[in-house]
Amino acid sequence: MSLPAPAATTVEATRLDARGLKCPMPIVRTAQQIKTLASGELLEVLATDPGAVADFAAWSRSTGNELVRQSIDDGVYTFVLRRK
Amino acid sequence: MSEEPVNLVLFSGTDDRLTAAAVLAAGASALGRPVHVFLQYWALDAFRADRITSPHPLAPEAGAEGASAVASLREAGQQHWSETLRQAKEIGEVDVQACSLSMDLLDLEQSDLDPLVDGVEGVAAFYVNAGNGQVIFI
Repeated sequence: MSLPAPAATTVEATRLDARGLKCPMPIVRTAQQIKTLASGELLEVLATDPGAVADFAAWSRSTGNELVRQSIDDGVYTFVLRRK
Repeated sequence: MSEEPVNLVLFSGTDDRLTAAAVLAAGASALGRPVHVFLQYWALDAFRADRITSPHPLAPEAGAEGASAVASLREAGQQHWSETLRQAKEIGEVDVQACSLSMDLLDLEQSDLDPLVDGVEGVAAFYVNAGNGQVIFI
């Protein structure tokens, strides 16, 4: 029995390393970087700023770039955003 | 962009207040909001081209402990407020204007100011450009 191919979840994301950057630089760099992507492309951001969870949620809501997923591992947050 | 602008009036020429202002400007710009910055008095003095990145004093409430905290953040790699403002301009619509009265007070020409400053205007132009957006005095 063959399984259906997974939906388009394996699209390569551009990565932005914002670890160690202080507020508001993770969001500023994200705003810069996402402009270089085409609509629908993914951006993965790594951040350690303690305000990042609230900031990325707010930025996504306000700008319309979808926050596809987020996680935390050993103090490093990962956010995956899809350019609108 | 139909968002109302965020309007920052900078009065203080202290590095901590200018840093806080640059953070607010960059955050608003990253959200796609237009930002107007109006430079008065000692904030305008801090934008002199020849010494924008020289150390300026801190707000009086910083005290010795605050000064040392600010210094450690700088050593940990926090960029200068002028650089934060420059990046805020790169990612969005951030307009920096010098108050004409303060230009007279400090005997400045626009050529004395850092290129971050886009022009000189009076308070009437500031309010008209501010529209119905918030005005924040720092």
